[in-house]
Amino acid sequence: MSTLSVATPLRLRWQRPLTHLRRWLAPWALPLALLIGWQLAVELGWLSTRVLPAPSAVIVAGWQLTVSGELLTHLLISTQRALLGLLIGGSIGLALGLLCGLSRRSEILLDSSIQMLRTIPHLALIPLVILWFGIDEAAKVFLVALGTLFPIYLNTLHGIRSLDPGLIEMARNYGLSGWPLFRQVILPGALPSILVGLRFSLGLMWLTLIVSETISASSGIGYLAMNAREFLQTDVVVLTIVLYALLGKLADSTARLLERRWLRWHPVYLKEHQG
Amino acid sequence: MSTSHRSTERFAAGHSAAVQTPLPQGESHLLLNNLRKHFGGQEVLKGISLAIPAGQFVAIVGHSGCGKSTLLRLLAGLEHSSAGSVRAYGEPLATQQQQSRLMFQDDRLLPWKTVLENVGLGLQGDWQEQARAVLTEVGLAHRADAWPSQLSGGQRQRVALARALIHRPRLLLLDEPLGALDALTRLDMQKLIERLWLQHQFTVVLVTHDVAEAVQLADRVIVLEQGRVGLDLPILLGRPREASCTAAATLEQRILQQILAQQAPEPVIRPSHSGVRWAL
Ligand SMILES: Nc1ncnc2c1ncn2[C@@H]1O[C@H](COP(=O)(O)OP(=O)(O)OP(=O)(O)O)[C@@H](O)[C@H]1O
Ligand SMILES: [Mg+2]
Repeated sequence: MSTLSVATPLRLRWQRPLTHLRRWLAPWALPLALLIGWQLAVELGWLSTRVLPAPSAVIVAGWQLTVSGELLTHLLISTQRALLGLLIGGSIGLALGLLCGLSRRSEILLDSSIQMLRTIPHLALIPLVILWFGIDEAAKVFLVALGTLFPIYLNTLHGIRSLDPGLIEMARNYGLSGWPLFRQVILPGALPSILVGLRFSLGLMWLTLIVSETISASSGIGYLAMNAREFLQTDVVVLTIVLYALLGKLADSTARLLERRWLRWHPVYLKEHQG
Repeated sequence: MSTSHRSTERFAAGHSAAVQTPLPQGESHLLLNNLRKHFGGQEVLKGISLAIPAGQFVAIVGHSGCGKSTLLRLLAGLEHSSAGSVRAYGEPLATQQQQSRLMFQDDRLLPWKTVLENVGLGLQGDWQEQARAVLTEVGLAHRADAWPSQLSGGQRQRVALARALIHRPRLLLLDEPLGALDALTRLDMQKLIERLWLQHQFTVVLVTHDVAEAVQLADRVIVLEQGRVGLDLPILLGRPREASCTAAATLEQRILQQILAQQAPEPVIRPSHSGVRWAL
């Protein structure tokens, strides 16, 4: 009993930073092990570099492309296309969602048509889009815009539809109407749902961009990948895949950050903050 | 049972002039004239005529579904009457909308605004000071920066009350604001509402399921029966009022009899001198 009471504080003092460290490292353990295994497999000749280059080769390729400035150019172009498409598609989706959510008449007029368009996989339009825009910038931006429009539209509409009518009634009774009612009650109430839509859209944004850049482009990450494939540079191909993964993760983290900022009041985030 | 019945009858008879709708004395705040409301084919209010003097505390009780909330929502301007009229200070009600505030059974606080911002809802200019002052009145100044989801049910209702009071309404409409609270919090809130009413002198229309609460707080209890005024009973008790004194118990009996006689369920009434609270 007495030994325990002496030992416990000591162990606790050591355990706490250790468990913290372990918690931090745990999610990285498996990827790290895989990387090491992969590197070993290539070095020992179990894996042909034609199939998969060693992780070190990918890093070297990345470094060379960075130094030559090529990587940054392609990265910027891809990001620009993605964001421009998202901006256009997202704005249209948001505007349509708000319009249909706020006005019954617009919903009757527009919603079923939009729902019909939504069921067409937007990537199925690629041949048509190439006919319209050639392999121009506009083609890619158009596809991204189309892909990101519907999730934001649907979730904006849903967010407004599922607003508590009691809150709106209360706000009206307290003298709010028009813009203040929208700004202070409707928009914040629909925001959680709109942000869910944004996260879906971000996923679709990269997916659409990858596909459209792979099919027809003379710049961008997708072009880099296709070009490398022609010259059998598997290391560059793998590099582009890693890049896409990182960009996707970055977009998702940004969306989470926005949620944390804008939904501070939400019980879910309040609990997270305390715990 | 029969003796107590007779005694309440006698009590009522003693004030028979006041039991019927009293004639407006002095300034009448609200004048309801043959007010009717139907939803589709269902007639919910079947001609209600009332005169409510300024500063009076009126409680409305009645069976569930008898039209209490509908009446209150009409007074708040959230519904339009099918026939009849409501006048406030002689003017049509629509022109007086900013003079009245409705407090709902659920608090209806905006979850994305802090307590302080909720209280200041719809105000412009320099409202923060004022909002803090009203929050102090309801005893919640220290939670001004909390989110509504971090408050207890009773605290949320107090914020809702503060939000209604900051507009300095001349008419405060309360739709079972205490229905969801536990007994102790209820007592606190009742005291708070009475204190603020005495202090600010607004007119109150309180809808409640709790007959004891009605007798405890109101100057006048109105029993709604299927869209009509079944009983209009003045509560002539001094303030501050003691809970469960004999006079209050007698009045409670009288009101309960009126309510229960209407649907005539099995009489499960026991005298409420024991301090039993009657809830419908
Ligand atoms: N918007 C509406 N549309 C159709 N019927 C309605 C509407 N609002 C109320 N009613 C009907 O009117 C009647 C009275 O409703 P009301 O809400 O006024 O009852 P209440 O006395 O407040 O009941 P409770 O004590 O349960 O709150 C009910 O039968 C209800 O179904
Ligand atoms: Mg009701």
